[in-house]
Amino acid sequence: MEKANVLEMKKIHKAFGGLKALVDVNIELRHGEIIGLVGDNAAGKSTLMKILSGAYHADEGSIFFNGREVAITNPRIAKQMGIEMIYQDLELCPNLDVPANLFLGREVITKPFIRFLKKRIMEDETVSILRKLKIDVKNPGLRIDKLSGGQQQAVAIGRAVSFNPKIVIMDEPTANLAVVEIDKVLDLTLRLKEHGISIIIISHRLDDVFRVSDRIYVLKHGCIAAVKEKAKTNKEEIIKLMFMEAHERQGQRARQ
Amino acid sequence: MNSVNNPENNGESISGFKIKDYAIYLIMLGIFIVFAFFLRNRGFLSIINLMNIFRQTAIISIMAVGFTFVIASGEFDLSIGSTVALSALIGSLMLQRTGIFPSVIAAVAVGAAIGFVNGFFVVRARMPSFLATIAMMGIIHGLARWITHLQAIPVLNDRFTYIFGGGNLGPIPTLFVWTLIVMVFGQIAMVKTLFGRKVLATGGNVVAARLAGINTDKVKWVLFIIMGMIASLAGLLYTGRLHAARYTYGGQDLFTIVAAVVIGGNSIYGGTGTIIGAVVGSLILGMVNNGLILFGFSVDQQVIFRGVMILVAVALSPSAPKE
Ligand SMILES: Nc1ncnc2c1ncn2[C@@H]1O[C@H](COP(=O)(O)OP(=O)(O)OP(=O)(O)O)[C@@H](O)[C@H]1O
Ligand SMILES: [Mg+2]
Repeated sequence: MEKANVLEMKKIHKAFGGLKALVDVNIELRHGEIIGLVGDNAAGKSTLMKILSGAYHADEGSIFFNGREVAITNPRIAKQMGIEMIYQDLELCPNLDVPANLFLGREVITKPFIRFLKKRIMEDETVSILRKLKIDVKNPGLRIDKLSGGQQQAVAIGRAVSFNPKIVIMDEPTANLAVVEIDKVLDLTLRLKEHGISIIIISHRLDDVFRVSDRIYVLKHGCIAAVKEKAKTNKEEIIKLMFMEAHERQGQRARQ
Repeated sequence: MNSVNNPENNGESISGFKIKDYAIYLIMLGIFIVFAFFLRNRGFLSIINLMNIFRQTAIISIMAVGFTFVIASGEFDLSIGSTVALSALIGSLMLQRTGIFPSVIAAVAVGAAIGFVNGFFVVRARMPSFLATIAMMGIIHGLARWITHLQAIPVLNDRFTYIFGGGNLGPIPTLFVWTLIVMVFGQIAMVKTLFGRKVLATGGNVVAARLAGINTDKVKWVLFIIMGMIASLAGLLYTGRLHAARYTYGGQDLFTIVAAVVIGGNSIYGGTGTIIGAVVGSLILGMVNNGLILFGFSVDQQVIFRGVMILVAVALSPSAPKE
């Protein structure tokens, strides 16, 4: 019995001037599923996800959320619907501490005239969010840029999760991380899934994709080259799909 | 584990009293001790001289507080010096015709208007703030010279000079009262309020701030207006202290203010907002200046020294953000 789809993107087209970044792309995401989105540089992965998060607009195509067609015209609408994107370049404030970043843009304040920050409440809430997700940040009072890359990534994920999202999009969450930290971030990703969140993860690291995802979409030159159940594929096949042109694959198969 | 609740590690760390910031206090103390020793026979420690240092740094400190906000948001306002002069002149011209209240309003309105225009060029026309405000500096300076034909405008209103930096409230010069008010308000606004948080977020990572729903353009625009108004207050204080307005007021101040803010531990790349540091920075500069005079250095040598101090402070200050 197939689980219902939380998200469907249908026939998405997007061009930047003459450059066709996405051509007729279809994607489905099931409830509580993790899908991996892979492809060579400039394949269109980030562009597709930015359309979903409201940062870009598709030229054509439609998006269905829980079976209903939706118009995601700006990032705020996406957030309201429960779609959180963690951008490739994190988008945290390096000069602020963990609570300040978790609550950025929705600070707890005294009402209504002079808007003093209720720091204590935000700090306590931060501790409980970090604890719930088992995120290991010893001293949340430190500036973000004093934390390790993995901790920063975890804070970004914690921030996204604290909005109670239905869907979390992660763009290259393990790029530039030390090996130990990669493990922690992937564990965290799997924990989100346990909390019932559906996840789309973009990564160049196939090991990571294979570790967490249920299905894998391969994007190539802006088109979906293949969709594979993780259990029914392997890294070699995915790599071929990512980098070889269709006729080359044909030729190979003929030779085998 | 519970370190979030440890008072030493809470949100204050972004704004004020942290280990690294103690360095300035130690530097200030060190300079004070050195001067107190070597200049003991030249009157450095006399009450009159110390009061004089405070008096000379008070107005710089006030503007340094405003400048800290602007720089914290990642922008510059180089027009403040000439705003000081134009506000002083307009205020004094008004004082010759009307009472204190409308004159003060007029002077502050001048600063607010200049700030509004600065904000417009930066936020709407997307000009780099150092360019927009340096152009404004020229325009305002020209205006200030032109409307008064380089003449000083005397101020004979005793109430005005009393309130604006010429009088004493008990033993305390009103000048210090103004400084204290601006400093305390600045510190609270930066550390305790939503506005301060928005300023620091804007200066820390403008994209992140915008994605989080902060109207960073509005934040910057408001800051330019506040900065203009603070420069106007400085103009009124110069006028009250010296019983006249001159187009030269504030002309040399920009350099000192930037130096004070940077020495105080603020990054020129934005994202830091150490108000108390900025005030301490201006005290250090005032003290060094005073000491150099007592040692017998010339004005030119003092200017050179201040330049060197800026270079050292920038070299030691938080580095450029990565990328
Ligand atoms: N705002 C934009 N303006 C113009 N071209 C863009 C823009 N954003 C993306 N592109 C182009 O669209 C194509 C797809 O880019 P995209 O960032 O989606 O690729 P990607 O698969 O995420 O690549 P990477 O793995 O390098 O992150 C690229 O050719 C890129 O240059
Ligand atoms: Mg990308």
